[in-house]
Amino acid sequence: MSKYRNNPAAVRALVRETEVHKDAYIDQEVFDLEMEQVFTNSWVYVGHASQIPNKGDYYTTTVGDQPVVMVRHSDDSIKVLHNRCPHKGVKVAGEGCGNTGKFFRCPYHAWTFKTDGSLLSIPLKNGYTDTGFESCEASHGMAAVKNVQVYRDFVFCRLANEGISFEEFFGDSLTTIDNMVDRSPVGKLEVAGGVLRYINNCNWKMLVDNQTDTCHPMVAHESSAGTAVDVWKRAPEGTPKPMAVELFAPFASPYEFFEKMGIRVWPNGHGHTGVSDSIHADYSAIPDYWEAMVANYGEDRAKQILGECRHNTVYFPNMTMKGPIQAMRVFKPLGPGKTLVESWTFRLVGAPDILLERTLMYTRLINAPTSVVAHDDTEMYERAQEVLHSRGRDWVNLQRLYDGSEQPDVSTVTNGTNEWQMRNQMRAWVKFMGPAAKAE
Amino acid sequence: MNTLTEKTVLDFVYAEARMLDEQRFDDWLQLFTDDGYYWMPLTHNQPDPRLHTSLLYEDKLLLQVRIERLHGKRTFSQQPHSRSHHLLQLPTVESMDAAKGEAVVRTAFHYVETRVDEQQLYAGWVTHTLVMQDGVLKIKLKKVELVNCDAAFGNIQLFM
Repeated sequence: MSKYRNNPAAVRALVRETEVHKDAYIDQEVFDLEMEQVFTNSWVYVGHASQIPNKGDYYTTTVGDQPVVMVRHSDDSIKVLHNRCPHKGVKVAGEGCGNTGKFFRCPYHAWTFKTDGSLLSIPLKNGYTDTGFESCEASHGMAAVKNVQVYRDFVFCRLANEGISFEEFFGDSLTTIDNMVDRSPVGKLEVAGGVLRYINNCNWKMLVDNQTDTCHPMVAHESSAGTAVDVWKRAPEGTPKPMAVELFAPFASPYEFFEKMGIRVWPNGHGHTGVSDSIHADYSAIPDYWEAMVANYGEDRAKQILGECRHNTVYFPNMTMKGPIQAMRVFKPLGPGKTLVESWTFRLVGAPDILLERTLMYTRLINAPTSVVAHDDTEMYERAQEVLHSRGRDWVNLQRLYDGSEQPDVSTVTNGTNEWQMRNQMRAWVKFMGPAAKAE
Repeated sequence: MNTLTEKTVLDFVYAEARMLDEQRFDDWLQLFTDDGYYWMPLTHNQPDPRLHTSLLYEDKLLLQVRIERLHGKRTFSQQPHSRSHHLLQLPTVESMDAAKGEAVVRTAFHYVETRVDEQQLYAGWVTHTLVMQDGVLKIKLKKVELVNCDAAFGNIQLFM
């Protein structure tokens, strides 16, 4: 008998106001329900329009555990299709990206599909005459995801046919995307510099949780950021501060810094650190960039755009964005104890190359499998995943600065070390578990 | 004073790998010129370390941070420590200019990194750009190209 499937009360009981039960991180059944519900009922990031600029360009990825292909259709719209041939179930578009021309062709039996998924042709089609083929699901081609939304070139989809609208789901949290795009003097981003892929042997929610965890950098990253600061202190006087030190050093900031910078939460599990200050607030000015911004936006607006210093914005369920450094991470769940972390980087179109160079250096130093900062984060997640099944304790605690009057689904700004955003995510988790977690 | 010969170059490559496996990291860092770099590209035939991201592209300062961190008391991802093993194929000297004191040497390798019960195997090619400075052979660029550089990896914590 299953413990969580068909037992919504048990699923609902995994999340208390300030605690989460260990099974939410380690149980296979809970994970399966997350894939079927959370990653189906919410709007999940798919890809960026700049990856598929021309008709027929495609990019294969996953939404939760669902293999999909994002493709530029013949009318220039962007379609998201389930990447499975309706005939024998073969993956139609191969790994990665490419251009498929006017149609996809399954490599097994050459069934072809238009880039909206509809069936175009079958070899020896008369073999299906009078077989009732028209009433089979195969005759409808590759299944297209009905709900796709492109917001300033960021492509999201909701796999469920019915559910919350894009606008209601994201609300004001879209201002983080706005700010990152506005940082381009021409208001345009391009995916650039490749994608770093990193396997973490932990539950995907630990990574999301870490995004607004401001009480760990000075502890877990003492060995990397602290050492970088120490090494730099020994440099001969007058040596210009290297970009790498500028990127590392803020991780060693004290608790007070993180408390003051603030956290903002939004409905449906979104939120961000770095409201009034952040680890990204004090980077050196880039020659010619300010001038390009002013030329396009005027001085006041340019100042406003660049004055925004948001640190990590969590887009529930599994994407996180750093506007000021033009980096994004996607946490792709592979199993209850396995997550693929993709670090994507963007070029601000019309801005000097050195901004991209800084973005790439940041993501390499902080988020790569070879990163000394990431090593210690991953060590913590993997240690947790290893021992969460302990019967010594059953709950993960998210209580810091909890106030009994805290309401779900509000927009507010609070102390930068509040764990409100972690609670916010878990409330959204219950909400988007939908029928799988409906209280009796 | 060393002279640049095929033998000194090959000996250097072997000695460098041994230094890493014996975890003599401070000595190893001294093998680099002051403007030396250690580069692990992220993609095959990646031309540019600046405007394309890499697994590693580190100057001497960053390598110093990495090494000092390995010694740190609060370096949690190294509790317990990792160990490494290099297996090198006979290096080939791609170019050598004894007069200028410059050589480029390419070596196929298998590299094992272990930590307690976990053991990971990596394979690739390392290209050393070496220069003679004051009679001592130094690394100007160590480029490590993994055969699967674009794969999703877990932690890689030591030096290939």
